Amino acid sequence: MGKIGLIIQREFMTRVKKKSFIIMTILGPLLMGSIFVVPILLSNTQEKVVKIEVIDETGVYGKKFPNDSMLQFTVTSRSIAEAKKKFKDEDFNGILLIKEHTGTNLPVLTLLHGQTQPSIKVMTTIQNTITNKLEEFAGCDPKMLADIKGKLDIHTQNIGGEKTDTGITTLVGYFAGILIYFFVFLYGAQVMNGVIEEKTNRIVEVIISSVKPFQLMMGKILGISLVGLLQFLLWVVLTFGIYFVAGTITGKAKVEKYRSDKVMTQQTTGAQNQGGADIQQQVMDSSDDISAAIESLPIKLIIFCFAFYFLGGYLLYAALFAAIGSAIDSEADKQQFMLPVTIPLILSMVVSSAIVMNPNGPVAVWFSMIPFTSPVCMMIRIPFGGVPAWQIALSMALLIGGFLGATALAAKIYRTGILMYGKKVSYSEIAKWLRY
Amino acid sequence: MDILNIENITKNYAAHTALDDVSIVIPEQSVFGLLGPNGAGKTSLIRIINQITAPDKGRVLFNGKPLEPKHTELIGYMPEERGLYKKMEVGEQALYLAQLKGLSRRDANIKLKYWFEKFELQSWWKKKVEELSKGMQQKIQFIVTVIHEPKLLIMDEPFSGFDPINALLVRDEMLELKAKGATIILSTHRMESVETLCTHIALINKSKKILDGSVKDIRKMYKSNIYEVAYEGTNIGFANALWTGFELHNTKEEDGIMKARVKLLNGNTANDLLSALIPHVKLHSFVEVVPGMEDIFIMKVNETNQ
Repeated sequence: MGKIGLIIQREFMTRVKKKSFIIMTILGPLLMGSIFVVPILLSNTQEKVVKIEVIDETGVYGKKFPNDSMLQFTVTSRSIAEAKKKFKDEDFNGILLIKEHTGTNLPVLTLLHGQTQPSIKVMTTIQNTITNKLEEFAGCDPKMLADIKGKLDIHTQNIGGEKTDTGITTLVGYFAGILIYFFVFLYGAQVMNGVIEEKTNRIVEVIISSVKPFQLMMGKILGISLVGLLQFLLWVVLTFGIYFVAGTITGKAKVEKYRSDKVMTQQTTGAQNQGGADIQQQVMDSSDDISAAIESLPIKLIIFCFAFYFLGGYLLYAALFAAIGSAIDSEADKQQFMLPVTIPLILSMVVSSAIVMNPNGPVAVWFSMIPFTSPVCMMIRIPFGGVPAWQIALSMALLIGGFLGATALAAKIYRTGILMYGKKVSYSEIAKWLRY
Repeated sequence: MDILNIENITKNYAAHTALDDVSIVIPEQSVFGLLGPNGAGKTSLIRIINQITAPDKGRVLFNGKPLEPKHTELIGYMPEERGLYKKMEVGEQALYLAQLKGLSRRDANIKLKYWFEKFELQSWWKKKVEELSKGMQQKIQFIVTVIHEPKLLIMDEPFSGFDPINALLVRDEMLELKAKGATIILSTHRMESVETLCTHIALINKSKKILDGSVKDIRKMYKSNIYEVAYEGTNIGFANALWTGFELHNTKEEDGIMKARVKLLNGNTANDLLSALIPHVKLHSFVEVVPGMEDIFIMKVNETNQ
């Protein structure tokens, strides 16, 4: 094993053995799981029935919408203007407008909503219903089925007609972006603290008499990236574990609740318009709805890009964090020098809402090209689809270039910085180091 | 055979010159004292030998060949600023540092076992460094410096921070390594360790070498030809005994015994002085006044600073 391998191994093992790693590994999925589970729990315990008015101009899909005790679809035949006018009085939560689209087999779906935005459950129920009907049409024509899959889009607007976005695409985009953002911060800071530790412990001079400073820096960056990847993989595995366990439990609870409801309904009215088994299945599927929605995304591209930007973003920032760690001598100086590195990272989160509003607009394109912001910004764009291949390729090439440039720069600062003790550094001082 | 030839090394930093055309030859199996005031350029030179930094001009030959990365495995370096990973286990850390010096894990294990036994540290193998006393950390530090049996051992202020017992331990181990064939560079400004340990020295001041050679030669060079004579008798009697070949520097009285410093002139020897004195006073002792390395150090530094 080469010396850099030894360094990677040490950085990896000492961190993985730490209690904080184990705690984070367990807490992470609980937090992430709760992001998925809490909405399901909330939607299940919600007392209020959600009522959606369906205006089906095609006349094909309307009858297919399933009703349960929590979500009711009412098909009406009035005009959209009329429906809007009466929206407030009639206690509907939303109006779904289904229009024929000329040229494709897919209908155009518009969901108007009041103050509260429609839940994921509403969105996925609509999507699944329409998709099922379309699949029925398509029969077993694989070309038509392929056309349907992942192409169905629900446009959401508030009742005033302004576009809103509550779709799973936004959620996935934000989620991927935030994950990269946190990963870069969390593990970038670990690289920086590792460098500060070596410098303040004074072990660094012992080590660089055996290996080159560059090897030490890269070994640290790569070792910590492996810790991050392992933690991330464990999170994914555990999150899915928790998510399915929790999904099953809440599903069962809902079924129990439904059964007791049903007995009561049968006793009072004697009317039963839906098959119990049907509902049970539907409830059990409530967690699967999200999975189904996720399937409609360009999933392979998302996973590939996520892995790339996840690592690329980390490597770029980790090199800079290592340079900061080498330059400063005390914790007190940390904030001052971290600022220029963290600003672009924070900026990418700031512009994220603008990107979601217009995923292919100039803001989105520019910020997904600049290496410092592209990991977060490009990941928000990708789930929306329609990002030209050349843009992805260029953005990736720029990120690789940015990473190489940042590493070369950081290495120069690092090799001088780690040997500077008890000296107050300034930016002009660091600029001098670059010329040594 | 010389293990290290430092040839015309110049190293500039942005604001100042750390080393200015420094050439030093370090003979094999010597204990070489690298001396100089703070900021003279000693650490810069050591870093160049360790290939931590590169010189702007000049070159360093190791066993007659220009320095290469693989030479780091033949060098053991204990910097003045030293430390260990506090949160890491002692044994694991020692293994890691030994492997970085090119030992296989197996060899490192065997050698560490030997050293840990020698320094009575076996029971601390699984402990974290932060749980160790300062003295024990210093022992570990020394072990990891010599674990790979370096041909060249560079110790920057090796005794600073060591308690007297550990300092002695380290000193003895250093001499043992030297006996086994290692060359030791000792950078220090503790002159008493120079007197007892070093065979050769180089004195650096303000980034220039101002003096170098074997300790024996340097002493000879700065010999003052002054003798201190302790005697019983009178001042006048003593002074009368001296003739033009000698010069009386000073006399003082301690517990009824007179002490006088006399310089030999015109090629007179110590025997001449003795034979001149014997008939006149009762002698107690007769010692040559040898300039200590510290005197030479201060003298040379002041000389170049003027």
